[in-house]
Amino acid sequence: MLELKNINYSILENGVEKKILHDISLKFDDNKVYVITGQNGSGKSTLLKIIMGIIAPTSGEVIFDGQNISKLSIHERAKLGFSYAFQQPVKFKGITVKKLFEIVGSSGIKESCEYLSKVGLCAREYIDRLYDDKLSGGESKRIELALCLARRASLNLFDEPEAGIDLWSFDSLIDIFKNISGTSIIISHQEKIMEIAHEVILLDSGKVVKRGTLDDVKVGKCGRLA
Amino acid sequence: MNKLSQIEKELLIQVAELHKIPSGAYSLRKNGESMGLGSTKDIEIVPKKDKSGIDIFVKPNTKGKSMHLPVIITEGGVDDLVYNDFYIGENSDVTIIAGCGIHNSSCNDSRHNGIHSFHLEKNTKVMYYEKHLGEGEGSGKKILNPTTQIYQKQNSIMKMETLQIGGVSDSVRLTEATLEDGAKLIIKENVLTTDRQTVKTSFKVWLKGKSSSADVISHSVAKDKSKQIFESNIIGENACLGHVECDGILLDKGRIVSTPKVDARSSQAELSHEAAIGKIAGEQLTKLMTLGLTEAEATELIINSFLIN
Repeated sequence: MLELKNINYSILENGVEKKILHDISLKFDDNKVYVITGQNGSGKSTLLKIIMGIIAPTSGEVIFDGQNISKLSIHERAKLGFSYAFQQPVKFKGITVKKLFEIVGSSGIKESCEYLSKVGLCAREYIDRLYDDKLSGGESKRIELALCLARRASLNLFDEPEAGIDLWSFDSLIDIFKNISGTSIIISHQEKIMEIAHEVILLDSGKVVKRGTLDDVKVGKCGRLA
Repeated sequence: MNKLSQIEKELLIQVAELHKIPSGAYSLRKNGESMGLGSTKDIEIVPKKDKSGIDIFVKPNTKGKSMHLPVIITEGGVDDLVYNDFYIGENSDVTIIAGCGIHNSSCNDSRHNGIHSFHLEKNTKVMYYEKHLGEGEGSGKKILNPTTQIYQKQNSIMKMETLQIGGVSDSVRLTEATLEDGAKLIIKENVLTTDRQTVKTSFKVWLKGKSSSADVISHSVAKDKSKQIFESNIIGENACLGHVECDGILLDKGRIVSTPKVDARSSQAELSHEAAIGKIAGEQLTKLMTLGLTEAEATELIINSFLIN
């Protein structure tokens, strides 16, 4: 189980403290799907980055399976079984798709290709390609998703996974979230993704304003309060 | 190979991936002297009479053949100057694997100046690999100064990949090329410097022929207090395509100076250059750490992939 205890996060803007997250406390049960939604600037991505250890909170604790992991680095959290898919996939120069699958412990070409096929890519065309700027946004987003699947993580963190997936069937993406192992926390504005969530969490101005099923939360367009 | 010491054998493996004397054409040079030459019916390697070095003649229509030309230096105080001239006959397609490794454990400098010229006749295709490295704990410098002159006739293709992967104290790398109609030149240069090493690279390419093209891609990594200077000059004298890309990663207090120049002397010439130098993007490190690598492992992977692929 993942628990966030009194998470606060502030930045300095022109010498003035600006609060991004206000005293967020949340519990995420094992093997459930959660969607965090809310308007742009509501603090969703910041919260996800705090869970992964990419950003350190100003105060508060992150507890995973009873262990306070607040001081653990990104890679230590990865070793604990955290996986993170970026909103904008990060590209490299000279690193192949195959190499990335090796890093995440995919047992071989055959297994890696199965993950690529699951995200709708012709595996043979992509496995030896460089993971660089020559890939389109949609291609890199799908490879990012395939890497997350290959990690078979206990906690999957997705930052707007649907963005740029336009050429691929949206239903296939939903199927992936339905069947993925472990707990998933997904930042999304998509109602179809919220429909499969056990719980939807609505953030507004850095605060949790509602949580429950999609019907309970009644999210409006673009994550606005309905 | 039996006459070689373990250090010499290891240098040969690193520089030219040679585990034994090759069965094809070869030239092996050690501490300023020839250690052996081998010709085949298609590729003739002849020692020069007037100066140190060799002439390499590839017969016309030679296809799919390769040759190995490694140089090793294992002593301090060696100052080697060698001229290698390649004459590639029409319609040939060959691979040339060259390189120089210096193991200097002494306090005296060792230097290798390799002057190479390539004469590509019509419709030839040459893949040229050149790897340079230095090692040894002595205070004596390991200096490598390669000069490469390329003359390409109609519709010839030259691909040149060079890798200097550390340990070389100082290096001045000069490459000049002249291309006739339809000739194509692709150069990939990868250089890593550490400590207080310096490298100066200079490319000058004349695109004289119609539909000739050149693509020069340089990947540099400067660590510690090392310094790299990159200069390129592409001159377009006809309807041609020229592109230069200098991409550099800085670590510690490394420094890279890039001066890409393009000179379009014909209104039909299309020339471009791009240069980007900076430290490793933080988000690249973060991404690899989310996959389970430590920051040091992520840095190593990013640099090695950048240099080798």
